[in-house]
Amino acid sequence: MRDLAFILATTLMYSTPLIYGALGAVFSENSGVVNIGIEGMMTIGAFAGAASTYIMAEGYGHLWWVPWVGFLIGGLAGGLFGLLHAVASVTFQADQTVSGIAINFLAPGLALFLSRRLFENATTTPPIPLDAKLPRPLNQFFDLSSIPGIIFNQYASVYIAFILVFVSWFVLYKTKLGLRIRAVGEHPKAADTLGVNVYRVRYFSVILSGILAGLGGASLSMAIVASFRPTLISGQGFIAMAAMIFGKWKPHGAMLACLLFGATTGIQIYLGSPQVGLQVSANLLSMIPYIITLIVLMGFVGKAVAPAADGIPYEKGDR
Amino acid sequence: MEVNSKKEKLKSFLINETLILTLLSIVMGLLVGALIITLSGYNPLEAYRLMLEGIFSQPRYIAWTVIRATPLILTGLSVAFAFRTGLFNIGAEGQFIIGALTAALLGYFLELPAILHVPIVLCGSILAAATWGGIVGFLKSKFGIHEVIASIMLNWIALYFMNYIINQPGFKRPGTEASFDIHESARISIPWMREVLGPATKVNWGIVIALVITAVIYYLLFKTTIGYELRAVGYNKDAAEYGGINVNRSIMLSMAIAGALAGAAGAMHVMGVSFRVSVLAAMEGYGFNGIAVALIGNNNPFGVILSAFLFGGLTYGGSKMQTIGVPTEVINIVIGSIIFFVATYRIFRYVLVLFNRKKLQKEVQ
Amino acid sequence: MNTRQRNIDFDTPMIEMKDIVKKFGDFVANDHINLKVHKGEIHALLGENGAGKSTLMNILYGLYTPNSGEIWIKGKKVEVKNPNVSIAHGVGMVHQHFMLVKPFTVAENIILGMEPTLGFNRINMSKAIDDVRQISEKYGLQVDPEAKIQDITVGMQQRVEILKALYRGADILILDEPTAVLTPQEIKELIAIMHNLTEQGKSIILITHKLKEIKAAADYCTIIRRGKRIDTVEVRSTTENELASMMVGREVSFEVYKEERQAEDVVLKIENLVVEDNRKQEAVKGLNLEVRAGEILGIAGVDGNGQTELIEAITGLRKIKSGRIFINGKDITNKTPREVFESGVCNIPEDRQKHGLVLDYTIAENMVLENYRKEPFSNGIRLNFPQIFSFTEELMEKFDVRPRNKDLKARSLSGGNQQKVIIAREVTNDPDLLIAAQPTRGLDVGAIEFVHRSLVDQRDKNKAVLLVSFELDEVMSVSDNIAVIYEGKIVGMVNAKDTNENELGLMMAGGGHNGSEQ
Repeated sequence: MRDLAFILATTLMYSTPLIYGALGAVFSENSGVVNIGIEGMMTIGAFAGAASTYIMAEGYGHLWWVPWVGFLIGGLAGGLFGLLHAVASVTFQADQTVSGIAINFLAPGLALFLSRRLFENATTTPPIPLDAKLPRPLNQFFDLSSIPGIIFNQYASVYIAFILVFVSWFVLYKTKLGLRIRAVGEHPKAADTLGVNVYRVRYFSVILSGILAGLGGASLSMAIVASFRPTLISGQGFIAMAAMIFGKWKPHGAMLACLLFGATTGIQIYLGSPQVGLQVSANLLSMIPYIITLIVLMGFVGKAVAPAADGIPYEKGDR
Repeated sequence: MEVNSKKEKLKSFLINETLILTLLSIVMGLLVGALIITLSGYNPLEAYRLMLEGIFSQPRYIAWTVIRATPLILTGLSVAFAFRTGLFNIGAEGQFIIGALTAALLGYFLELPAILHVPIVLCGSILAAATWGGIVGFLKSKFGIHEVIASIMLNWIALYFMNYIINQPGFKRPGTEASFDIHESARISIPWMREVLGPATKVNWGIVIALVITAVIYYLLFKTTIGYELRAVGYNKDAAEYGGINVNRSIMLSMAIAGALAGAAGAMHVMGVSFRVSVLAAMEGYGFNGIAVALIGNNNPFGVILSAFLFGGLTYGGSKMQTIGVPTEVINIVIGSIIFFVATYRIFRYVLVLFNRKKLQKEVQ
Repeated sequence: MNTRQRNIDFDTPMIEMKDIVKKFGDFVANDHINLKVHKGEIHALLGENGAGKSTLMNILYGLYTPNSGEIWIKGKKVEVKNPNVSIAHGVGMVHQHFMLVKPFTVAENIILGMEPTLGFNRINMSKAIDDVRQISEKYGLQVDPEAKIQDITVGMQQRVEILKALYRGADILILDEPTAVLTPQEIKELIAIMHNLTEQGKSIILITHKLKEIKAAADYCTIIRRGKRIDTVEVRSTTENELASMMVGREVSFEVYKEERQAEDVVLKIENLVVEDNRKQEAVKGLNLEVRAGEILGIAGVDGNGQTELIEAITGLRKIKSGRIFINGKDITNKTPREVFESGVCNIPEDRQKHGLVLDYTIAENMVLENYRKEPFSNGIRLNFPQIFSFTEELMEKFDVRPRNKDLKARSLSGGNQQKVIIAREVTNDPDLLIAAQPTRGLDVGAIEFVHRSLVDQRDKNKAVLLVSFELDEVMSVSDNIAVIYEGKIVGMVNAKDTNENELGLMMAGGGHNGSEQ
């Protein structure tokens, strides 16, 4: 039982950054903009969150709001690159993949550049003091050695991620805004002829996508670990995109896919832990999530259907 | 008459919109870099001077730029080739790893005379990486899995697979996180050049092989029936099928060729520069940089060569900026900006239109 | 004939467009056009494809901004910057290509952009559904508000489009080529709906190139040719021929001249063909058909009755579930497209930009789309460009493809010239069976005449021609014999000379036919 609880806890922990990233991708792609720049946006978010929290903790002491402001700064940094992606792909009708690739160079480049400038030429930010990390809100209610205690020994970012899944689902499928986002992603011209401002909806979605990705990065650098380093994100943005496609462009589907990735990581950590001590190569275990994903895609999902206008720039007055 | 039309052709080849826009993008990218350097309190002219000196001031530096550019030509070509046939090969990273791993294995475990060893190692690696790339094509055509997703998964599988193999006893050099070195007979170094340029400069035949491969790919893509088929599928799958082309086979073939190219890059990196493979914690970026190279080179084989040299020069020469304290990462920002401007080339048109309008208004007044 | 009571209120102009100019680059799409529509009037805009009718209406609706000119709606000058402005002034538009979000429900499509909401920005879906029910009853346009667009018929979808405009309180409806996808019976219903709407005080602008519909539905007609307004006439006192010559700018005859000819041996034989569509539903359900040498067989039917699947099955693009297909007695069931081509079947495809051409290939590259592997265009490996170029130049000359530049990308050609490239390529293959699907869609009169001529030429060379078209007039004037397709079956077979629109229309709507049922 305790082992199971341990696996569940690590699963939740490792799924969280992916969930933020995948939700970001869900919003962007449902509005018809492919966002391969999630990776870069997560990286800049991770840096901005960790760096600003460290600096604020130095300056103001360990006040309760410091990590929260840092977390938001992480989101805003991602949002800034979301804005850049929107300018390119909406206003200038750029090839969205190319623009995303550009962001994957720009954002990590800027993160490392700033890190070196701010922290004496170091590519790793100084560790955030323990009490300036995001809080673990449910800790006080459980005995940490009990089973619920093990499971709910989580940072606030984890709970926020799951709340955001629900909110995203609600927004996309129950509100006026969501109807418009999906309409713009399926048939922008139809939306345009009814007076929906396609550009504005896409700008909104892509910037939101960047903010969510930024939060995902910050949830890594401010909770799971306590600093930013160059290899921190290393591909998780791409995994988040894969999870979004795996989850058929839906928030809840993407969440399940992220949990699958998280779970395989969790199981792998469990099997590798000293108390189990299973003699399996860590490298072989590490492959499992990727192999499972491929098998699942082959067997169960088949051809998922993207929003009809996904990836196609919309030009007003197109003949 | 004939000569004239050839001249015209050359002229239109050199002075075309894409080239001008690309050059503009490069200039803009460097300007963004200069801006960032200035904002952080350094002299951008000084920084760029150091970079240029870092590329051209010594034969050794030029050699290093070439060495840096060599794998990028091939991974860039791999991505460009796939793009031309309508596929996004984000998997060059993994194919590179498979090529490198195979080269290290064949280079260490086989014992043959160089005349056989080099081609066998090269061909073996290319074959392995082609298979790796072909898997993506297979998954796409058979199961409809998007090549980007499959490639991302396969990149990580390749990375962990290589780490696993390196850790096997008999292959891992004890006390290191790397494999044994490949035999001399499997290397493509140019010893006399190393005597001239210094022993640390790992000059090798890779660049020659890369250029030959580029020419072959150009010929294949634009002059043969296979290239005709692959490009037709890339532009319009439905019309290709209507014309009798086997679309699924084309997708697999195209991904296999893309894999082969990235694999060749990995193999030549092992055979000419590193001589071994090391345990990796994260991707090295040869494949991802290949995407940038392909995009800046407009997915044209010859554009890719120029773009790879630009990339090699920027990353190698750019590191010299550190001597005055400018973080090397500014180069990534420059490269990112170049790609950004390549993507948003309409910005230039927009500016041009605004400019003309102002001029017109002035004339009217 | 148009026998209805007119409801026009000449004292109340609803729309006045004055001196509208719209340029796309150097191309003048609208050249000082004037238009006036009154309350209760049905006003037709007549012109060929590309004449500028749709551009003019897109300007009125706010999708394009004119370079100069004024728009007055209900007596007020209005700056129509975007559709919101025109919608607010009571203008609604039903586009030729439906502007419907397929995975959405009928109600969701109708309310999009004007959603009734509850707290938290939530959509009030039950109110939306009620509202839709109400207006659909008021104007006699029955729809199921909760059905998804992708599950309803084209005729239904068109009603949804009209309801979208009415939901926004439109007094002026613009209908852009509304009948292109309807059966003759559905067209009659639509005209009745239009008349019903004018009785309730609505005005309608009808964009079309079909003269019969203008005669049946409209009160006045403005003719546009190459961006210029030619005239505005009262429909009652103008003949179809007069309208036609104003539209084209010269005397035209829509009759296709062809000599009598005896059909010979069977070239294409289809037995009990069953084919599924993309959604795995049977689209062709046990179809039998024969086409003979020296015969043009026309297939009449409304879009979506299995025509597309039938052609794809013959040409090898779609898997055949059961049944057999023979060419000259040889079984070609489930052969690859290349094998079918080699058996002597060529195809002018329905969607020329999707199937017929690689738009980013040059004209020369497109000319050898099926033959690039063969001598003299290649030795199997290396392409022989000099041969490809001279072949292309020869064909471009013969089929008058303009501009005469083999290095141009197919994308940069006009629709008519793209079609000429395809026809040149296909006809030059000298097939035993030529399939032409919707070969004149979107073409102007000159190009249409050329296409029809090419088909008749093939027939006169004793080839078999299978023509599929949703334009009944075209099927009737070009074919020797007509097969009517309905729900994946041939429901009637008639001689083109001995039939009429009513008889065909009845069969196309599933009304059945005596005798020739399979």
